[in-house]
Amino acid sequence: MSEFEPKIVAFVCNWCTYAGADLTGTSRIKYAANVKIIRFPCTGRIDFMLLMKAFQNGADGIIVSGCHPNDCHYSSGNFHAKRRWMAFRELLDYMGVDVERITFSWVSAAEGARWAEIVNTTTEKLRKLGPYTNYQNLVKSGIEEEL
Amino acid sequence: MESIRKRAKELLDSKQVQVIIGYENGTSNKVRASFIKDSAQVDKLIYDERCTQNLALYLVKHEVKHLGKMGIVATIPAMRTINMLISEEQVKPENIVVLGIGEDGKLLDFPDLTVMESFLQKANIELTAKDKEAIEKLKKMTTQEKFDYWSNALETCFKCYACRSACPLCYCTRCAVECNQPQWIPVQASKNGNYEWHMLRAMHLSGRCVSCGDCGRACPLDIPVHLLTMHMAEESKRLFGVDSGLSMKMESVLSNYKLDDKDNFIL
Repeated sequence: MSEFEPKIVAFVCNWCTYAGADLTGTSRIKYAANVKIIRFPCTGRIDFMLLMKAFQNGADGIIVSGCHPNDCHYSSGNFHAKRRWMAFRELLDYMGVDVERITFSWVSAAEGARWAEIVNTTTEKLRKLGPYTNYQNLVKSGIEEEL
Repeated sequence: MESIRKRAKELLDSKQVQVIIGYENGTSNKVRASFIKDSAQVDKLIYDERCTQNLALYLVKHEVKHLGKMGIVATIPAMRTINMLISEEQVKPENIVVLGIGEDGKLLDFPDLTVMESFLQKANIELTAKDKEAIEKLKKMTTQEKFDYWSNALETCFKCYACRSACPLCYCTRCAVECNQPQWIPVQASKNGNYEWHMLRAMHLSGRCVSCGDCGRACPLDIPVHLLTMHMAEESKRLFGVDSGLSMKMESVLSNYKLDDKDNFIL
């Protein structure tokens, strides 16, 4: 059996991390192909439920990334996001969602190499953790049985 | 009890308020909310240890609001709720007269709401020993144990939304759970849908919940849903230093920020 390849969904902001990921490509840096990038106007726009939707639809891991503090295009979006993640992460942990599967990071438009590194380390970590069967079983239970 | 009736009569007779929200005897030894509009009926009002409901719930209801100025029998969590509702501009402070009830069950005299504010600063707002213990027990579990605990506890939930109806701070006329474009929460009462619904509820109340515990009491299946919001209340205190409902000018925790918010997980 081939090695487990985790599915990773990355929620990134348009102004920093998306541009940073673009730079990774134009710099011809190779990185794990496990990540599917979703572009958002700002990290402040990323609703916490979107993360749950990613898990619900079969993601094994998530990356949330945006501009470094004080660099937000809309000046305060990432500060708001930070508070939201601080609270949400506590709730996830309390409810038993594996917070290790969610990587939060700040990656600027100039940090192409850093983006590659974050994706690679996250992929490595998730390979070790394996598929997120816990959550996927939760999604299936009660639906397939009834049908 | 007598002092509550006396004060209620005073307020109604002097037309300072048009309705008194209090407790009255219901059926089968239960108490229920009472809305007294006529001072001849103040004798219906009671207060004893069965009166646990957070009556601030009714302050935002249109049917009650349109009656005019409201007098409300408020325990400490209800007072905190009143502060939150004023902070969130759901009620006008000039429309409320509070008949406060202290921890000892005695009537407190609040000539105006600032007196209530300063009373709350000193009041005991600790969680009950039972809730504290349950939260501590949960926190000590491993991630897998926590996941099993909550997915099993929430499995029986059939989404009656009693927790939402009982919550005085769940006042949105259109709740995210009913939103179907996009459909955030699966409609059916499946394990996943229930899990997500309670997560959403706890998150929307984080930094706002005053830990009255009415959601847990309202649950017909005795699911300890209040432990979720209470935990979030504790966390917002720990992370952001905000104890909700202690003043009439509370800043919303999640729509504000400080430059020095400390996190330890963002790479």
